[in-house]
Amino acid sequence: MELQAVLMAAGGGSRMTDLTYSTPKPMLPVGNKPLMWYPLNLLERVGFEEVIVITTKEVQKMMSTDPKMKPDVKMKMEVVCVPEDGDMGTADALRHIQQKIKTDILVVSCDLITDVALHEVVDLFRAHNATLAMLMSKAYEFTETVPGQKGKKRTAEQRDFVGVDQSGKRLLFMANEADLEDGLSVRKSIIRKHPRMHIKTGLVDAHLYCLKKAVVDFLTENKSISSIRGELVPYLVRKQFSNAVNSQKVKDDSEDQTQKNNEKLLISSRDESLLQLAQERSCWNDHRGDMCEAYHGGKLRCYVHIMDQGLCYRVNTLAAYIEANRQAPKLFDEPPVHSSAAISERCQVGSDSIIGAQCQIADKTSIKRSTIGVSSTVKERVKVTNSIVMHGVTIEEGCNIQGSVICSNAIIGRGADLKYCLVGNGQRIEPEVSRDQRMG
Amino acid sequence: MADSGVTDGFEKTGGIERAKSEGKELTKEEKQRLRKEKKQQKKNKEKKDDRASQESGREKQGVSSAASAPQPSAQSAAQKAPSAVPAPVPVPASEAPAPAPAPADKPAKSKAELKAERRARQEAERASKQGKKGDPGQPGAAGKPKAPASELQPVVKRLPEHIQVDNPDVLKKLAKKLERQQIPLRLDYGYKVSLFSHLHQYSRKAPLTQQLSIPSTVIHPAIVRLGLQYSQGIVAGSNARSVALLHAFRQVIRDYTTPPNEELSRDLVNRLKPYISFLNQCRPLSASMGNAIKYIKKEISNIPSQCKEEEAKSKLLHCIEWYIKEKIILAAKAIAESSIEKISDGDVILIYGCSSLVNHILCEAFEKSRKFRVIVVDSRPRLEGREALRRLVQRGISCTYVLISAVSYILPEVSKVFLGAHALLANGYVMSRVGTSQIALVAKAFNVPVLVCCETYKFCERVQTDSFVSNELDDPDDLIVTRKGRTQLENWQQEPSLGLLNLVYDVTPPDFVDLVITELGMIPCTSVPVVLRVKNVDQ
Repeated sequence: MELQAVLMAAGGGSRMTDLTYSTPKPMLPVGNKPLMWYPLNLLERVGFEEVIVITTKEVQKMMSTDPKMKPDVKMKMEVVCVPEDGDMGTADALRHIQQKIKTDILVVSCDLITDVALHEVVDLFRAHNATLAMLMSKAYEFTETVPGQKGKKRTAEQRDFVGVDQSGKRLLFMANEADLEDGLSVRKSIIRKHPRMHIKTGLVDAHLYCLKKAVVDFLTENKSISSIRGELVPYLVRKQFSNAVNSQKVKDDSEDQTQKNNEKLLISSRDESLLQLAQERSCWNDHRGDMCEAYHGGKLRCYVHIMDQGLCYRVNTLAAYIEANRQAPKLFDEPPVHSSAAISERCQVGSDSIIGAQCQIADKTSIKRSTIGVSSTVKERVKVTNSIVMHGVTIEEGCNIQGSVICSNAIIGRGADLKYCLVGNGQRIEPEVSRDQRMG
Repeated sequence: MADSGVTDGFEKTGGIERAKSEGKELTKEEKQRLRKEKKQQKKNKEKKDDRASQESGREKQGVSSAASAPQPSAQSAAQKAPSAVPAPVPVPASEAPAPAPAPADKPAKSKAELKAERRARQEAERASKQGKKGDPGQPGAAGKPKAPASELQPVVKRLPEHIQVDNPDVLKKLAKKLERQQIPLRLDYGYKVSLFSHLHQYSRKAPLTQQLSIPSTVIHPAIVRLGLQYSQGIVAGSNARSVALLHAFRQVIRDYTTPPNEELSRDLVNRLKPYISFLNQCRPLSASMGNAIKYIKKEISNIPSQCKEEEAKSKLLHCIEWYIKEKIILAAKAIAESSIEKISDGDVILIYGCSSLVNHILCEAFEKSRKFRVIVVDSRPRLEGREALRRLVQRGISCTYVLISAVSYILPEVSKVFLGAHALLANGYVMSRVGTSQIALVAKAFNVPVLVCCETYKFCERVQTDSFVSNELDDPDDLIVTRKGRTQLENWQQEPSLGLLNLVYDVTPPDFVDLVITELGMIPCTSVPVVLRVKNVDQ
């Protein structure tokens, strides 16, 4: 077997607590499908037959019991539960399932919605015998007004600095603004080997990683690493150029330990000598201009595929969630209006709106650029524009909802006028209420 | 009346069959006469017995179809004359003359008896012919001559499909074969120059893995990785490709388990066939790879059936190791030793491109303290000479670097030319990187000795006298270069009269090559068939 897929669905959604305090993030409906359906669909389309899903007990229960929350995939899903206290990072989760991992792995985050051609990432991993191959995409500027936010204030996100070589494929440098106190410093060893480096900041990490099995073994030894993105990836990127990896000297005990760990990382396939022979006889080099052999003799290599076209969203903020709802219908072929929805003839449903199963839309309603969830009821003379209505919501007559997010099982009273609001789970909005969150 | 008609018919048929046995082809009148006689005989026999008439009808059909078969084969043989080598005769033609001589020898017997005898014999032949047709008639490998059944019948050599790309039937057959093996078909890319439209031309940006499922189940992951490395050029060079191929086969054999009710010797060979098709789609196989594959297949088929699986696998792994050790590593050592005798102090050696063997020789010579300097000749678009330059300079050898356009200016300084080879063909031609033949030509004009270094496992039974018939077309987009931010050839596909050609190989005639250095010794180019014969006898 070549690759094992691992889906990380235990995340908390800490940056959109308004939505996730009641529904776990993997189960948030996007285009009337649970969020974790999208990465699972991506894996299924590409040809995976099995996937290990790491998630919390709550999500597992919801997956098996709630029919509208059930991700509808044909793959064999092996669900592994981890405790919900939030202390377990992604790398800790990998350590937890170390026994199940027999070969190289493809780690995907549950909040990734993308239509990338996955072979681009995996080809880098295969062809160059890389230790790490990841996916990044040009960041999308979210221009829609986000409900629940007073004014246009946006929290300043810490930027990520990503350095790639001339071909744009080899990952040389990765650091977050938070870690760089007095400016960005690049090691001389990197510059000596790759004199031309492109540093990019406007990239979003898709959290899709191909990792060698040796990395998982390395994690079991090094219990200090707890997050893949935050700690493991920068560590691997740094270790590409580390002198300790390439030298043969053994120093004192502590260094000895790190040396052993490093060697574990470098253990690639058997028949190392034959591969070495093939590389020596091959007249290919990945760089030119210096006296070094291909890859500068380094055994640890990290590659990145940067998408410049196509969809790639990480749904971890409210703005991203809204945008994803807008764009997600492009990813599946089902008709936007579900066949079991009861829509009366005198209502206007825009072509870019999605109506879920068993909905009831009454007369004289107008639904534009919105998503209506499963089993929701919309009564007469309601105008829903640019909004997301989740499952089981009841909207009484004469409401006007614009740019808002209405969570599951909420009831909006008659004649309410909501602009850019966020209504939580199971809330009741009194009739004749008028709220506009833009004003503050 | 009927009798005389029958007699006449018999004599005439006897005459026609005699003509056939002598190898002449039937003329139109003879055929018409034959047909008339058959009709007459049919009417006569209707009265006698139905079965007999049916048989005669059938036998005549068999005879006439056999008669018509030699003609199209003669025509197509004429078309493919340049590359024709005596090859198998189409089966029906071989059988047509066989029953014919017998009746001509015995006119004394009664006509009915003779006819019955003839009918019986032809039934037997037809039965055996049906049996033979039942086998899947696979075309023989290109260049393998089989003993012709009739020396007077011109025979057709089956061409390999990879040089018949402009023939839609061949493409259809290939597509069917790949579909059966569950391997995606790689589509050709871009406009092909008309002289080379019979070859495949692929784009590097459209790898075959696009159409494969990601955890590849049909094809072993090691082979997918290898195919990717071939198509992206990460593993390039005859020796490197063979070593990488054998390494991948080692992994395949290690992970192989014999399914129940199957024999390892047959099943493993069948398992390898789709892998080889896949690698062929990624990049056409080289001659050295072809020989390595033949060796492996032979070793696998020679495994006795009572051998246990573990034992068989370890035996095969050992064979692969032995092959690499003997044919590549030790051969390189032996060639280096022979070549060092040819390198004297004060020499100026010219090399072209990056041949792993020539680099090895030069490094060894330098280790043995020979004083020489090297001129590295390079050419676009691959610019492999830079890699050779780097390896030599790293060792401390003093080098000069020129592009191939400067070869005639620099040759007066040169004392010897060392060339590597991709394959050595059976007629003594050297197949190597495109540009090699030019270097050899110019060197000949300047009376500079040209030495080709080649291991014997690259010797190939193919015969080629030009670089057109069988070659490889690389990605035409490699020729596009961006200078000062401008890419002139960016939209070359829109220009109707512009074609980009990126050839990979060319053949050098033996007149330009002075010596071939192999591990068996230093031989002239024309001794290659002798070596091949000796190798075949050994095996």
